[in-house]
Amino acid sequence: MIQEFIVGIILGGIPLSVSLLLAGLGEMFTQRSGVFNLGVEGIMMLSAFIGFFVVYTIGSPFLGIIAAMAGGALMGLLMGLVSITFKASQGISGIGLFMFGWGLSGTLFRVYVGGVTTIKGINDIYIPVLSNIPIIGPILFSQNPLVYVAYLLVPVASWLLFKTSWGLKVRAVGTTPAAADTVGVSVVKIRYQSLVIGGVMAGLAGAYLSIAQAHLFADNITAGRGFIAVALVYFGRWKPAGIMGGALLFSMAHSFQRLIQVYGINFPYEIAVIIPYILVIVVLAFTWKSQSLGPLALGKPYDREFRG
Amino acid sequence: MSKNTEIKRHRQERMLNFGIVIVSLLAALIIGALLFLIAKGNPFKAYAVMFTKPFTSTFGMTEILVRAAPLMFVGLGIAIAFRSGILNIGAEGQILMGAIAGAAVALAFPDMPKIILLPMVFLASFIGGALWGGIAGWMRSYLNVNEILSTVMLNYIAIQVYMFFIRGPLIDPKEVSYGTGVPQTAVFSKNAWLTRLIPGTRLHTGIFIAIVLAVLVYILLWKTTIGYRMRAVGIEPKAARAAGMNVKAYLLLAMLLSGGFAGMAGAIEITGIHHRAMESISAGYGFSGIVVALFGGLHPLGIIPSSALFGLLIVGSDMMQRAVNVPASIILSIQGLVILSLVSSQNFLTNPRFKEKILKIFDSKSKTRNLKKGGRA
Repeated sequence: MIQEFIVGIILGGIPLSVSLLLAGLGEMFTQRSGVFNLGVEGIMMLSAFIGFFVVYTIGSPFLGIIAAMAGGALMGLLMGLVSITFKASQGISGIGLFMFGWGLSGTLFRVYVGGVTTIKGINDIYIPVLSNIPIIGPILFSQNPLVYVAYLLVPVASWLLFKTSWGLKVRAVGTTPAAADTVGVSVVKIRYQSLVIGGVMAGLAGAYLSIAQAHLFADNITAGRGFIAVALVYFGRWKPAGIMGGALLFSMAHSFQRLIQVYGINFPYEIAVIIPYILVIVVLAFTWKSQSLGPLALGKPYDREFRG
Repeated sequence: MSKNTEIKRHRQERMLNFGIVIVSLLAALIIGALLFLIAKGNPFKAYAVMFTKPFTSTFGMTEILVRAAPLMFVGLGIAIAFRSGILNIGAEGQILMGAIAGAAVALAFPDMPKIILLPMVFLASFIGGALWGGIAGWMRSYLNVNEILSTVMLNYIAIQVYMFFIRGPLIDPKEVSYGTGVPQTAVFSKNAWLTRLIPGTRLHTGIFIAIVLAVLVYILLWKTTIGYRMRAVGIEPKAARAAGMNVKAYLLLAMLLSGGFAGMAGAIEITGIHHRAMESISAGYGFSGIVVALFGGLHPLGIIPSSALFGLLIVGSDMMQRAVNVPASIILSIQGLVILSLVSSQNFLTNPRFKEKILKIFDSKSKTRNLKKGGRA
């Protein structure tokens, strides 16, 4: 019984962790370069719609994912225009981007689709033989293909950030932009690149939600996952492995909450639903000391003319 | 510089600020026109309906004010927080917590005379919203938790807490006995209703309360020591600390007030419109309030016209939906665009070099005008 419950939590939690992980990894690059993009939620909503719509009309999940990522990239560019070129306050512009994506996805859904429609999307794969192993078989070898992609991206992101010269530039630009500028690193270019990567990853996360997880689009499909992803970057101390741990923690909490309802344990539904959100706040409160380890120039627009 | 030119320069700067705000609204509307095209609607017709149709009927005009009242409350609260250097994104949740606290008081004392009950409901709503905002303020001040993230999370939590109460402890007994189970409280006694001003419309006295509060916020922020210190904390916390101000306490105070104002927006909705607490009471006022506050220049007296403008946009977008067949939710993305273009334009306002350039153009124009008149430059 206990074992069944724990396996149930893990089985339910892994699929839920993917969108958090993807969006969190993307936001990590953005924040490492010194930009605080709070609009991830809006990007995810819009790309969830774009991905859904392409699959709905053309039927190709692959093209749906590509389109969603392209949409995410464009949203990243828009955030870049506002926060890098126009040097706007990043917290508020993120809220603007969120409202823009939220309103637009809802509007387009009502105009072009209308009601709830399911799509075939991407289904789970079962790796023969291995998926039959008890317990670890279902957990490790019968997941959605995008689950494997997301977890493979963790070492890739780590390598990119810590082992390549581009990653070094990203970290430099996010810590001491004036110094990076002096040695010929273009702060503007690196920050734009990081925002686009963040947008593409948020786009993939949104596409995963509509194409692979829910197989449909609904208003507010992201339910705050974009905001949680931003919080995860703080929680994970701007490191891919930390973000992965955070994504797993929150999705397990989410899965636990769902399982309570499935098992019919007498617990108010509303209280169960808020567990993951409360966890975010509690974790933020207990990790505040580590927040000073973040990129020094995070949230500060860089102005060449006023460098000190 | 003589006093005269200083006043002139001040006036020019104000005109420049106003001009930039208008230009950014226009920019948002132009990009919004593209969205209408994507959504298969005629943007010219849509905007024409949105901006003019509400004025063609008594109902439309009163609805603008009905929408403006909660927007003004939320906008004032957000302005207090932003001015003190804390970004309150959690108005949506604070509205709900205010509404549920107010509803509980209204239901508990149905026989209390109106003159006592209504202020009690508003006070309860203020406290409900203030406590909810205060959580984020306290965590920012004493645990250093990013207030943007905590207020966003508190929004999601507030929705569930609110639903828990109107589905459970505070549900209308009739919903239970009839077995319909619609999540809403019983209708309040008339002692908790704001007076309706024009029969046949929903216009109630809430708009006057909102305007009075706007003036009070102006006095608080610009005519009292507390307000001066709150603004000082917002502009330069380090300097404020060096001057001996308790920065943490002022941040907490700002969030308490900010949440309290959003909570009173909840009171306005339950006592003025629905006369009960029910699902989806807020209609996005928490986020629209951010636009209202920014567009009003974070100034109480600017927020009054600004909330009327966005009240118009919300009413107009409902009417537009029927006329052009584009969902009213498009107004949400246009509001997002307004935020983006407003914050983008701030750079021009704060960049002294750019400001000098524009003001020089003003100067040279007035010089030539003076020369033509034969005056001295």
